[in-house]
Amino acid sequence: MKADPRGVLTGTHFIDGDHACCEGALAAGARFAAGYPITPSTEVVERFAARVPTVGGSFIQMEDELAASITLQGAVWGGAKAFTVTSGPGFSLMMEHIGYAAMTETPCVFVDVQRGGPSTGLPTLPAQADMMQARWGSHGDYEIIALCPNSPQECFDLTIRAFNLAEEFRVPVMFMMDEVVGHMTEKVVIPPADQIEVVPRRHTSKRHEDYFPYGTNGDLVPEIAHAGEGYNFHVTGLTHDERGYPNMTPQVQDNLVRRLQNKIRGAADRIASFEEEGLDSADVVVISYGITSRVAQRAIELARARNLRIGKLRLITAWPFPDKQIRELASRVKALVVPELNLGQMVREVERAAAGECRVLSVPHAGGGVHRPEDILKAILEASR
Amino acid sequence: MSAINPVEPFLRMDRIPHIWCPGCGIGTTVNCFTRALIDSKIDTQSLALVSGIGCTGRVAGYVKLDSFHTTHGRAIPFATGLKLANPKLNVVVYSGDGDLSAIGGNHLIHAARRNIDLKVICVNNLTYAMTGGQTAPTTPEHAITSTSPYGTFEPGFNLPHLVEAAGAVYVARWTTFHVRQLARSMQEMFKKKGFCFIEILSPCPTLYQRRNKMGDGLDTMKFYKEKSKVKNDAPTSEVGLTLNGEIVVGKFVDRDRPDYGSLMRTQYVEALGDRYVECPEAVCS
Repeated sequence: MKADPRGVLTGTHFIDGDHACCEGALAAGARFAAGYPITPSTEVVERFAARVPTVGGSFIQMEDELAASITLQGAVWGGAKAFTVTSGPGFSLMMEHIGYAAMTETPCVFVDVQRGGPSTGLPTLPAQADMMQARWGSHGDYEIIALCPNSPQECFDLTIRAFNLAEEFRVPVMFMMDEVVGHMTEKVVIPPADQIEVVPRRHTSKRHEDYFPYGTNGDLVPEIAHAGEGYNFHVTGLTHDERGYPNMTPQVQDNLVRRLQNKIRGAADRIASFEEEGLDSADVVVISYGITSRVAQRAIELARARNLRIGKLRLITAWPFPDKQIRELASRVKALVVPELNLGQMVREVERAAAGECRVLSVPHAGGGVHRPEDILKAILEASR
Repeated sequence: MSAINPVEPFLRMDRIPHIWCPGCGIGTTVNCFTRALIDSKIDTQSLALVSGIGCTGRVAGYVKLDSFHTTHGRAIPFATGLKLANPKLNVVVYSGDGDLSAIGGNHLIHAARRNIDLKVICVNNLTYAMTGGQTAPTTPEHAITSTSPYGTFEPGFNLPHLVEAAGAVYVARWTTFHVRQLARSMQEMFKKKGFCFIEILSPCPTLYQRRNKMGDGLDTMKFYKEKSKVKNDAPTSEVGLTLNGEIVVGKFVDRDRPDYGSLMRTQYVEALGDRYVECPEAVCS
């Protein structure tokens, strides 16, 4: 279906990534946000708080991130598309509720504008060091989807995609921005509402007596009902059967947890998106994501000026990790170079997927700034030898 | 043919028997709750029930309503989102003392401050029962628990005083001995707009009563009968609980102040005029 025009600020804007993320959420149909202030993410909800009463919806500033991350889920079960926005320390506090959203299959979006850590770390400076936390931060076996924008325009475009994926798969989607992308101001083009595709909720139309809240129809994603519609359904974070009733037997646990995993892994090819360039003839491929991809671009150009055959692969979806594509690439190049604003997180996934087929070079950076292109170039030259 | 208990239509009979121990008071509170649903003739289709974690947290699983068994301490913020997304819902929070006042204590005071239209039923068994009877913020001084084997020495919370100070518009306390008064209070609460709080003192014979040599469920009923004193409008500063002392019960607070929803609407209308889009159907496309 097409976007509700009330939420779409069609036009050409000069705004930062945080504001663009907010506009993406509104365009996607988000009408509820719960937040707690934290640098460098606060501008997203500041804009939402100003915009949403004129669009039909509400924002509430909660007493902490524990509250914000579950208030939004109450809103989802009340019928809203909802999200929250945070950064490292707040993201850490939200972990239990990311697990709750995964377990209860509550479609929602968590925006994490990454800053340096651990702990309070670098409130105003960038990092990409929450990438593994986004995937594994809550306890137990579950899957999420994570997207990594590298510009304000993508903060708009991919926020819409984040909501669409959340609805399609009934899964919490992690929107992994970083401080630079969040605070960088660039041109953002917002198209007319009738050019924005929005995925509606998988709302059930079954009769009350035929509805099983966690029954599936072969595609592994159940239909949802909202409170107040007469279904008298039950939702729990306990292991549950198709009726939503707690059932803590090994068999029910096995069925449930495998389904939560398979509904995402089975669709990994469909979810995966990349920016690719020069892969066909490449000897070395630089794999990057988020702001680092823009620094890597300079390093790639410097290397090409030396007549080296360098490809570019930018991960737009970080999770589920695109194992198949990386493995295929590894089988035909000399090396993969992985710069990131952490001491080596996604590079571990690249190494795992490459499975020894080629060299994998990490270009770590502790955050607080971005790489110097020369540092990435040095790794490319090393990889090309 | 055997008669059907009138509360059955409000329970998930396919989940009975429940997990609560013999002599536990939580089932009694659910019985009062269902009686209040019947007598108030409230539209149960628009009523949602939210629980946290613990013995009382399991109430959500047994009532035949839209019901949410959330995370430990977070029933109130979940309920807040539910209410804001669909203001037409009546939202009841049904949870225990540890869930609401310890791990969820911050949310309790802020929800009362906002005066968000939630009906909170707090079953207070003075301990963490699901995990084996540890000291809770509500455990009276000198009581024995599994983590206070020599007796507690922390002062316990006076919950009615706490929520009144934070801004609740309706505050009452009963015990599971006071089934009629409790059901009547619940009915009053359903009609009240704003943040309402009923504390129900309830026995945990398996853990709290046993360790403190207070007998079984029946002995606790006798204890409640003997020690309780109805004092409506009692100053909440004077209703703190002690190990063996008087249990002040009654309706302590019944006042009016604008709830979160009406404050929000007033402010937006004043600031935005015609630009304000009030849209309870908002919500989902």
